Amino acid sequence: MHASVLYNLAFAALVCVVCAVFVSSSAVSLRDLQAANEALEKQRNVLVAAGLATSDERPSAAEIAERFNAINQVVIDLDTGEEVAGVDPDLFDQRAAAAGAETGRPAPDNPARVQRLPRQALVYELRDAGGQLDLVILPINGMGLWSTLYGFIAIDADLITVRGITYYEHLETPGLGGEVDNPRWKALWPGRRAFGDDGAVSIEVIRGRAGAPEADPYRVDGLAGATMTSRGVTNMLHFWLGEHGFRPYLDRLRGREGA
Amino acid sequence: MARRNPARDALIDPLFNNNPIALQVLGICSALAVTTRMDTALVMSIAVVGVTMSSNFFVSVLRHHIPTNIRIIVQLTIIASLVIVVDQVLKAYLFEISQQLSVFVGLIITNCIIMGRAEAYAMQNPPAMSLIDGLGNGLGYGAILMGTAALRELFGFGSLFGTQVLPLASDGGWYPPNGLMVLSPSAFFIIGFFIWALRTWKPEQAESD
Repeated sequence: MHASVLYNLAFAALVCVVCAVFVSSSAVSLRDLQAANEALEKQRNVLVAAGLATSDERPSAAEIAERFNAINQVVIDLDTGEEVAGVDPDLFDQRAAAAGAETGRPAPDNPARVQRLPRQALVYELRDAGGQLDLVILPINGMGLWSTLYGFIAIDADLITVRGITYYEHLETPGLGGEVDNPRWKALWPGRRAFGDDGAVSIEVIRGRAGAPEADPYRVDGLAGATMTSRGVTNMLHFWLGEHGFRPYLDRLRGREGA
Repeated sequence: MARRNPARDALIDPLFNNNPIALQVLGICSALAVTTRMDTALVMSIAVVGVTMSSNFFVSVLRHHIPTNIRIIVQLTIIASLVIVVDQVLKAYLFEISQQLSVFVGLIITNCIIMGRAEAYAMQNPPAMSLIDGLGNGLGYGAILMGTAALRELFGFGSLFGTQVLPLASDGGWYPPNGLMVLSPSAFFIIGFFIWALRTWKPEQAESD
């Protein structure tokens, strides 16, 4: 139908208002469920990194919550590695912190192509019944081929040995770079050494196959057909375990736990 | 000669005679992207069926009131709103699959099938028929999607719906997965073969030179 300009405008405005109300009411009514899903997914990945869940199993929300009780969430100052008091870890959003003008800052140029660093970071500590540190779980992120990969690495209480690695968000090619999710590849990590005897980050994802962790502790098999993603994994580990990442925190733990 | 039933035709025609992907060659982009696994393809198909049905319905209800010169943007607004809601529902109730579908749910907005049916059918036909037409076209899209996904998942991962069918060589079985199948170009080949098969069966679909 052909109509006046006024009718066109009124019709367009009406359609907009009706659609806006429809979209926003659905977004608001589903927000709690979505936030709960995201939080659970992240917790599930922390559990996988800690070895408290396998990547294949799909524990229920209650199981996740129960197992997550064993894990102590700690908000730290990234520069000093000291624990920050007065921040609720459940509400702390590290990605939002990195993006914020006050809570984050530009990262120094780095091969992992991390753009911004948060001033504070959320780490996870698993302790045994006696309060002895068992392992720490550190969030990592960095560019692969297509996308930023987000994940966790678990480091043993010796603060050298890797206990596990897992990614919970990425858009790498399924079957190639996407194989970072492959449980068999992840199983190659436990027992490797992240740091060399000189204290420098030494772990590396190579092209081709590496030996067993005991014989070849600093190298991990490359992902076949995914050189860029493999290199991205190496780069992000070097960045996040280095001086701009969690090095100060790990050094503080070394001092305290070693004493 | 059986009498033709328009509602039945509107439902069945898009499956074989006038398939949106195979004949109209619409919606190819998402058919490449989400067909590596059958479960994501299934959720995508259901989402597209839901959106084509409801967008056709709402456009048809409003068809006498939509001013001609802004009709495309009005259709797009309706479609976009529906897609956002579908995306929100998936994130709330099917979180894992929504993560795998990632941006492609949002890209349903740009799926030519939906807008094509709104413009070509729903603007001229009553709501009930438009609803059926949307269902038929969504199913026609879904059929190709599921067929493509079945082949890609079977030969690319050796599984169907995530259940291992062909034991993989890397797990000690005998099947070395075909890497090409997990990459988008394989969907082009497979859809090409579908179109070939369909046009061999129904030669009238082939374009004349």
